[in-house]
Amino acid sequence: MARTARQRGATQARIRPAASSDLAEVIALDAETTGLAKPEYWREMFRRCAADGFFLLAEADGLVQGFIVGEVRAWEFGSPPCGWVFAVQVRPGTRLGGLGSRLFAALCEAFRAAGVDRVRTMLARDDTVIHAFFRSQGMVAGPFIQLETRLD
Amino acid sequence: MRLQKATAFALYAVLELAAEPERQMTAVEIADKYGISAHHLAKVLRDLGRVGLVAAVRGVGGGYRFAGNAKRLTLMDVVRLFEDTGADTELSPAEARQDIAQGLRFVLREIDDQTAATLRSISLATMLKLVGRKPWAAQGRAAPPGWRRSAA
Repeated sequence: MARTARQRGATQARIRPAASSDLAEVIALDAETTGLAKPEYWREMFRRCAADGFFLLAEADGLVQGFIVGEVRAWEFGSPPCGWVFAVQVRPGTRLGGLGSRLFAALCEAFRAAGVDRVRTMLARDDTVIHAFFRSQGMVAGPFIQLETRLD
Repeated sequence: MRLQKATAFALYAVLELAAEPERQMTAVEIADKYGISAHHLAKVLRDLGRVGLVAAVRGVGGGYRFAGNAKRLTLMDVVRLFEDTGADTELSPAEARQDIAQGLRFVLREIDDQTAATLRSISLATMLKLVGRKPWAAQGRAAPPGWRRSAA
């Protein structure tokens, strides 16, 4: 059976740590998928991960096809050290080929190597696509509840 | 959360059949496995057949087989066939004038929103993977908490 472009992109992509030279592509991919350019946010995220975190990306055909970002946080909200996923994105034309799963697995492996046995994330309740993705990776509701209030 | 009997029966049937899409099972076989009414399940299966989630197979060894896309169909897709998922707490005109009644409705809506987001995020394929992992066993429980059918 002929493999689709997205399957080829997913299986052939090389997953590696992001370099500063990748930032422009990461920023552009994020802007394409979210509709909002956040260059300063991603530059700061890269600096932060370079010091103490994981910023992994998938590259194929000379293009960034997706990326995932996370870090280990300890004793936040009283929780023992735990891996946190801040962001995961896959180029729209490459989605549903398993690349997000490969990125997630790579980040989990990095977390395991860092000595933690749990991974956690937070997402918008109405973002069904990303919610379904994390569920498909085996994530279930954890012991925390997110609350907020307006500062009027 | 409480589910109507028909909803729980539909989820049992759809997930049971989706677990082995080539397999055919009769209403009696599924009902016996779960200790539920075959008569009631047969009606539910006819409803599921009408919307194309299962297909009736005639003849010797006949029964039902899964006819949907387990990666695309979510728990919500099944639940909304049998439950009024959009229903809000009805307030009488007198109740609607009371802040306490409005406040309670606000909190109940928060619970409903969370429930709906969870049901929308879990595909049948993800649910079957979760069943295979048995995460409730790791929590030291025999079954997921709060899982019970309505007596109605």
